[in-house]
Amino acid sequence: MKTRKPAKIKESIWRRMFLFFNTAFLLAVGVSCLLPFVHMLAVSLSDKMAVSQNRVVFWPIDFTLKSYEFITQSNTFMNSLFNSVKRVGLGLAANLLLIVLTAYPLSHEKEQFHARGIYAWFFIITILFSGGMIPTYMVVRYTGLLDTLYSLVLPGAIPVFSMLVVMNFFRQLPKELQEAALIDGASYMDTLFRIILPVSLPALATVGLFSIVNHWNAWFDGMVYMNRETNYPLQTYLQTVIINPEHFFRNTTNLSSQAQSIVNAINVRTTKSAQLFLATIPVLVVYPFLQKYFTAGLVMGSVKG
Amino acid sequence: MSKSKFKREFPLHMMLLPSVIVVLIYSYGPMLGISMAFQKFIPARGMIGQEWVGFNNFRSLFATPDFVQVVFNTVYMAFFKLAGGIIVPVLFALLLNEVAQVRVKRLFQTLVYLPNFLSWVILSGLMIDLLSPSTGIFNLFITKLGFEAIYFLGDKNWFPITMIVSDIWKGFGFGTVVYLAALTGIDPALYEAARVDGANRWRQTLHITLPGMKGIVVLMSVLSFGNLMNAGFDQIYNLYSPQVYSTGDILDTLVYRLGIQQAQYSVATAIGLFKSVISSVFVVMSYYLADQFAGYRIF
Repeated sequence: MKTRKPAKIKESIWRRMFLFFNTAFLLAVGVSCLLPFVHMLAVSLSDKMAVSQNRVVFWPIDFTLKSYEFITQSNTFMNSLFNSVKRVGLGLAANLLLIVLTAYPLSHEKEQFHARGIYAWFFIITILFSGGMIPTYMVVRYTGLLDTLYSLVLPGAIPVFSMLVVMNFFRQLPKELQEAALIDGASYMDTLFRIILPVSLPALATVGLFSIVNHWNAWFDGMVYMNRETNYPLQTYLQTVIINPEHFFRNTTNLSSQAQSIVNAINVRTTKSAQLFLATIPVLVVYPFLQKYFTAGLVMGSVKG
Repeated sequence: MSKSKFKREFPLHMMLLPSVIVVLIYSYGPMLGISMAFQKFIPARGMIGQEWVGFNNFRSLFATPDFVQVVFNTVYMAFFKLAGGIIVPVLFALLLNEVAQVRVKRLFQTLVYLPNFLSWVILSGLMIDLLSPSTGIFNLFITKLGFEAIYFLGDKNWFPITMIVSDIWKGFGFGTVVYLAALTGIDPALYEAARVDGANRWRQTLHITLPGMKGIVVLMSVLSFGNLMNAGFDQIYNLYSPQVYSTGDILDTLVYRLGIQQAQYSVATAIGLFKSVISSVFVVMSYYLADQFAGYRIF
C-alpha cells in the first residue's frame, strides 16, 4: 500500500486544523461505536442496586460476577448454547462440503462440462426468486424437520453466493494445475481434494467464516421451526429474553440458599446484559479473521466469470 | 452429446447431485408452495386436495387499508436505509482518506466494522436497554440537558427514524471499508500531476478522488437497489410493538404475524408472493444495471 505523499511543501494552517479536527472526529465516531458494548459489559458486571439506580455508565459499580454465575447455572442458557455449537459445527461442515462439491464442476469451461450453463442457472434462479416465508415453512414441515437440528442446517445447506465466490476462485487458478493431474489419470474427486483444495484455503476461509457467523447469528429459523424451547439455538433463546426479560426468572422460587444469594445480587438487566455479552464473544474471537477475509471474499466474488 | 462425453463428465454430475437435491426441495419446493396464495389452504388436507379460490386472497388484501400503509412503510424505510447506507460510508471513506496515519485508519475501520457482524437480536437487546425512556443512557443524557425523554421505540413518529439510523449505524463500517479500498487503488501519480497544476486538496478530491470511487459507488448503489422491498425483518421484528404498527409494520412482519402466528397461511403467502415478484424485478434489474455500468457479474 502506498501512502499518498510525503509533505514537502509546508501545509497551510487551515489544512492542519482540518486534519486535526478530522482525526479527532473520526476517532470519536469510532469509539462511540464501541461504547454501547462497553456499557453492556459494565452493567453485566455490576450489582443490581447500582444498575437500578442508573449509576452504571461505562465502568462496573460494586463489581460482581454473580450474573455470569447465575447464567452458567441456568439450564436454558447452557442448553441453547450447546444447540448453537452443534448447529455451527454441523452447518459449517454441510456448507463447506456442498460449496466445494458444487463450485468445482461449475468452475469448468463449457467445453469440459457441457451441462454447466443449465446447472448454473438452476442455482442462480434461487438468488433471484424465492418462495417466501410461509411456503418454506410448509416444506420444512412436510419433510419432517420441525424440532430437529436439520431444520436449521438443510434448507440453507448450499449458500449460493458463497458457492459463486469459491467457483470464481477456482476459475482463476492456473489451468495446468489440474490438467496435469487429469491426464495422469486422477479422478475428478482426487483432483479436487488433492490438488485444488490445498491451494484454495483463503477462499475456503472466507466462506467458512461467512458460514460460522451466519449460523451463529441466525435466530428466526429457530423460532419458527422449533416448538420446544429446549431445541432453541442461543440467538433464538436470547430473542425471547429480549422480548420478555422476566421470563428468565420464572423458576427462581424454591432455590437453594446459595442460589438465592446469587439472585439477590442480580436483576433482569444485569443478567440480560451478561447473556448478550456472552453471545457476542464468539464473534469477537473470529473478528480479526473476518476483517482479513471478508472484503477479500467480496472482491473474489466479483471476478468476472 | 456423444455417449463418451457423458461418461467422462458423469462424475461431475454426481458431485452436483447433493446440492441439486437440497435446492430442489428447499428452494424450488417453496416456489411450488406459492400455489397456496391461490388456495384456501388448510395444512391437514395435505399438499394436494386444497380448495382453489383464484385471486380472492389478493382481492381481500388490496382492499385492506392497512396493506397500502404497510407497503408504504416498507419502501419508505428501505429507501432511506439504502440511501443512507451509501452516503454515510462514502463520506467517512473520504474523511478517512485524508488521514495520513495508517494506524488511525486501521483503528477506525476495526471499531466501526464490528456491529456489521452481530445479529439484530443482540443489537436489539442493546438498543432496548440504551434507548429506554426511564433507564436508558441516551434518555438520561437528554433529560440531564433539560429536554423531555424520547420514546425512540414506542413513539410512532420516532420509530422509523430510529430504525433507519440504527440500520445505517450497523452497516456503515462495511461500506467504509469497501470504499476506502477503492480509494487506496487510485494512482498516486494523478495527485502528483494535479498538484503540479496547482490544484488544492478540495479540487483534488473533486476531480480525482470522487471520479476514482464512482465505479464502486455506482455498483454498490445498483446492487442495493434490489433490496427496496426489504426493510429489515430481523431489526424491526425485534424492536417494534403494537403501538408503532401504523408506521413500523412492514411486509415481512405482516407475513409473519398473519402466517405463522395466526395461521392464515393463504393470505400470508399472497403477501409474500406480492413482495417476491416485485423484489425479483428489482433484483434482476439491479444485476442487469450492475453489469451495464460496472461490468459486475456474479456469474
